[in-house]
Amino acid sequence: MKARGKAWKYGDNVDTDVIIPARYLNVSEPAELARHCMEDLDPGFTRAVVEGKIRGDIVVAGSNFGCGSSREHAPIALKASGISCIIAKSFARIFFRNCINIGLPIIECPEAADGIDAGHLVEVDTDAGLIRDLDAGTEWKSRGYPEFLEGIIRAGGLVEYAKSILNKP
Amino acid sequence: MPSKPMTMAQKLLAAHCGREYVSPGEFVMARVDLVLANDITAPIAVREFRRIGAKRVFDPSRIALVPDHFIPQKDIKSAEQAKAMREFAAEQSIVNYFEVGRSGIEHALLPEKGLVCPGDLVVGADSHTCTYGAIGAFATGVGSTDAAFAMALGKTWFKVPESFKVTLTGKTRPYVTGKDVILHLIGKIGVDGATYKALEFSGPGLDGLSMDSRFAMANMAVEAGAKAGLFPVDEICLRYIAARPLGSRAAGWLASSAAAAGGSHISADTGASYQQSVEIALEDVELLVALPHSPANVRPAREVRGVAINQCILGSCTNGRLEDLRMAAAVLDGCSVHPAVRMIVIPATQDIYLQALKEGLIEKFIRAGAAVSTPTCGPCLGGHMGVLAAGERAVSTTNRNFVGRMGHVESEVYLCGPAVAAASAVLGRIATPEEVVG
Repeated sequence: MKARGKAWKYGDNVDTDVIIPARYLNVSEPAELARHCMEDLDPGFTRAVVEGKIRGDIVVAGSNFGCGSSREHAPIALKASGISCIIAKSFARIFFRNCINIGLPIIECPEAADGIDAGHLVEVDTDAGLIRDLDAGTEWKSRGYPEFLEGIIRAGGLVEYAKSILNKP
Repeated sequence: MPSKPMTMAQKLLAAHCGREYVSPGEFVMARVDLVLANDITAPIAVREFRRIGAKRVFDPSRIALVPDHFIPQKDIKSAEQAKAMREFAAEQSIVNYFEVGRSGIEHALLPEKGLVCPGDLVVGADSHTCTYGAIGAFATGVGSTDAAFAMALGKTWFKVPESFKVTLTGKTRPYVTGKDVILHLIGKIGVDGATYKALEFSGPGLDGLSMDSRFAMANMAVEAGAKAGLFPVDEICLRYIAARPLGSRAAGWLASSAAAAGGSHISADTGASYQQSVEIALEDVELLVALPHSPANVRPAREVRGVAINQCILGSCTNGRLEDLRMAAAVLDGCSVHPAVRMIVIPATQDIYLQALKEGLIEKFIRAGAAVSTPTCGPCLGGHMGVLAAGERAVSTTNRNFVGRMGHVESEVYLCGPAVAAASAVLGRIATPEEVVG
């Protein structure tokens, strides 16, 4: 997977209630959810989503990103907003799992999460295992996923993985 | 005999993938005993179920669908979501669908109905699914797509977690409940202190912890980042299971397990390996409050006395059970809710509500000036039945207090147990029960 975009940088413990507030959980359409993504934390991000400006941008965050609820609406909103991937120091477990399942690339890399500057152009290449802050000229190595998770990702997400199991002769 | 000693988490996962031993860090595909979803997570699960191409769920008796979050339907969109879940239940002949009026908050309802057994593996499209760890089930929250996968296939993938041992000793002080014990732990280790791990509670202190306290503790395991919050199956648990409805899965389990080789007690093997351990002397646990805006921002309630409040919520999958209502009613007895405070009491299930009525608790709440609601998650996630305006503050027996959790981004939520909630409602500020009961 290759991605390139502007870094939207956040701190620790960005929880699912700010990623997509509960008042919007009475909808499940991705495009509708995206229009309210991060509304309570960074209205500038939400405005950029609505204006169609998040094309391939990258969220860069501290520890425990996505903590709180299991609501899949959170990674769905981020994916539908145009975000190409999320780099964080660490992820909360249900959120991490949800991202793998829906095919939103997430990378746990504390050094890159710390080192990338907000607003800089970032490039990610998971096959090569590299993250680059193009504006600063800095680079970090990223670990790959365990083989089992690679399998789900390569299949295209959990639904595709399920189809491959169900369709086995 | 297992080849190496295992923690409860390892044992439960091994049993569900037909293995004698599993190691932390291993990925396994394990058979699930129950899959659950609610009115806000089911619509996406149904959509993904269809995309998988599955026609029928793996076993209609092993799915539970509970309308509880935005229920009774709070607006048109919520009604449409509830309808989608109801129609799927009918289409798939899912008997464990509980309609408004015959229902409750999922994590109080399902154990009450005997739908979860000790030793079960449960996945639920709700983060507080870990609640069933209180009855020795490996139960964990997942997203809607995971739930769809499990509904279609009857199994799902797990990474076997490391375990984090929490040894409890001694006895709790008056008014201190499992809610305070778990807040104490989260305050100590942080909101990611147990990320990816299975918390496992043990020690002689368990003897003094009721099932309602254990449910509250297991419920909030996820607030420390944990995958599960496991309790051993001991006599206290077995007495609870023995009281489940005749003909329920739990009743059947008890009848068959007593005869089974291992018996009905389930716990970790001696010599099992834990990545981390902590000891909690229960007598050291005070009445606690988690201040805005994190469940880990924990302080003794006596240190934050004086903080004025506008609302008090007594309820939720954490503390909406009978012991919570009894304790709050005892603190409130003979007093009135402060004129500036809105107290909202939400029994977690219809059965709890009925029993509370019989015991005169509901009358006490109403006479004190509290509003009593039908079971719902409602205000816990800022949905309905008690949303906060800008600048307002609530004390609440719920489980999260992140920014905007209960309403406006400029509102605040203080988490606590039932005794502090009731005392605060009377005095109009954060208070401890001795200030009210005297």
